Amino acid sequence: MTCLPSQPTPKKLGLVIDLDVCVGCHACVVSCKEWNTGGYGAALSDQEPYGAEVSGTFLNRIHSFEVIPDGGEVAAEKGHARLVHFPKSCLHCENAPCVTVCPTGASYKRADDGIVLVDEDMCIGCGLCAWACPYGAREMDVSAGVMKKCTLCVDRIYNETLEEEDRVPSCVRTCPTNARHFGDLADPTSAVSIMVAERGGYDLMPEQQTLPVNKYLPPRPKTRLEDVAPLAAADTAGAKGFFAWVDAVLERF
Amino acid sequence: MHPAYSIIFFTTASGLGYGLAAVLGLGFLDPSSMWVRFAHIVALGLISAGLLSSTLHLGNPQRAWRALTQWRSSWLSREGVLSLATFVPLCISAWFALFEGRHLPLVGLLGAIGCVVTVYCTSMIYASLRAVQAWNTQLTPACYLLYAGASGSLLGAFFAAGAGQSAVVLTGLSLVLFTAAWATKLVWRLRLREKQISTPESATGLGAIGTVRLFERPHTNENYLTREMGYRVARKHADKLFAIALIAGGLVPLALLFLSPVLGHTQAAIALGLAVVLHTFGMLVERWLFFAEARHAVMNYYGR
Repeated sequence: MTCLPSQPTPKKLGLVIDLDVCVGCHACVVSCKEWNTGGYGAALSDQEPYGAEVSGTFLNRIHSFEVIPDGGEVAAEKGHARLVHFPKSCLHCENAPCVTVCPTGASYKRADDGIVLVDEDMCIGCGLCAWACPYGAREMDVSAGVMKKCTLCVDRIYNETLEEEDRVPSCVRTCPTNARHFGDLADPTSAVSIMVAERGGYDLMPEQQTLPVNKYLPPRPKTRLEDVAPLAAADTAGAKGFFAWVDAVLERF
Repeated sequence: MHPAYSIIFFTTASGLGYGLAAVLGLGFLDPSSMWVRFAHIVALGLISAGLLSSTLHLGNPQRAWRALTQWRSSWLSREGVLSLATFVPLCISAWFALFEGRHLPLVGLLGAIGCVVTVYCTSMIYASLRAVQAWNTQLTPACYLLYAGASGSLLGAFFAAGAGQSAVVLTGLSLVLFTAAWATKLVWRLRLREKQISTPESATGLGAIGTVRLFERPHTNENYLTREMGYRVARKHADKLFAIALIAGGLVPLALLFLSPVLGHTQAAIALGLAVVLHTFGMLVERWLFFAEARHAVMNYYGR
């Protein structure tokens, strides 16, 4: 049934993505594709993988944005523009527009943990859910003709045949800089909720009224280049002890 | 948004078909004439061809029946259910017109109501999408309904002229609907210039730091999202195409409609036949622009 759960879900499983830490290495993209092409539902196909027009289905993608402060300079060493790597996957919205538009009942939001999934055996591949999603979280698999999306690695997080540290989404497990965190955002004492509270985690496109579960942590303020103290001072007048002796000796040459 | 030919054909053909079926159901034409009987077949043909074409873009059309199940939440599902339900009164009306030369007022009225509600559901599929700001307005269903009415009354006037029947009321109605439809469309189109509610700044949440510009895309070539949602038509071409749609789909048919009562039946039928052809062409262009000019919020992540 494509009606959303009538009550807020007791758990809100989701991701917290730290934009201060992400280095844009795309490791999560690769590990997501690797895990999910052999797991839940149809494989994530590629079209012309060795041709000129290579294209394929991915559930997680990294964009890179340049952010320029008001009056800031863009170029060269004096520049104030900063580069923010921006991982984007399904936000498992509480008010998921992709679910309610589905005509077949293939799209649904789980009432117990809030994960948004597609039952691929029921999907007719009309693509309307991808139109309804403002985030581009859903991609049609051209080969299977069904809609693919992030499952929050539902086949890992409850999988007791895996080691406990592996029971997190593949992207979280693989991130070399710990930019991605997984947890229950309905529980205010969870590590992810504390992180969001302390760092001012925010929603993407709140004006779309989707109430995303996933949160993003903003990049920390950056020191401007001209505000950094010069590295080597030419003046050695303040040197004391051993350094004063070295200074005196070097002066003789 | 990518203007898919199957969807453009579907909305145009179903608009014409449901409009004509509503006009026939309301009893504007006398079914004793062969022309009016033929009109019933044309209406059902347009509706059926449109619905079949809408299944062409599905990834798994063999499961299309499942689309009838989620009418409680989905406008697409409601459209599917109502389009099938509307076939019942429309087929009964067509049967009695074809084989008994009779118009059934109650069944006809039910069919006309079904036509209006089905077109409304079609338009709400688009109007309910907040992610496409251009569509997300009650002006979208207003346009779809008025266009269906204009198309249907024009087709009705054409078949009436062919049958040699007087159609003063229908022609007057058509003139009103044509004017209202294009006036509403002009207002709808002004909204395209409105400020977008979603921006790269709100999409990334980085607006507090400064102006956000895409530096590098996640992939080197096109993907499903950029193919499906990234279509953009140049403003200068869009304006010209809209002028073509307005002239062919609105102004010329309007002039021919205005002229038709003073012509003889044969000349009127020729003039209105020309109007139907031009109007259909204009509607195809209008529907192409409906998709091509609409910007999807996801493009804030793609710098388009």
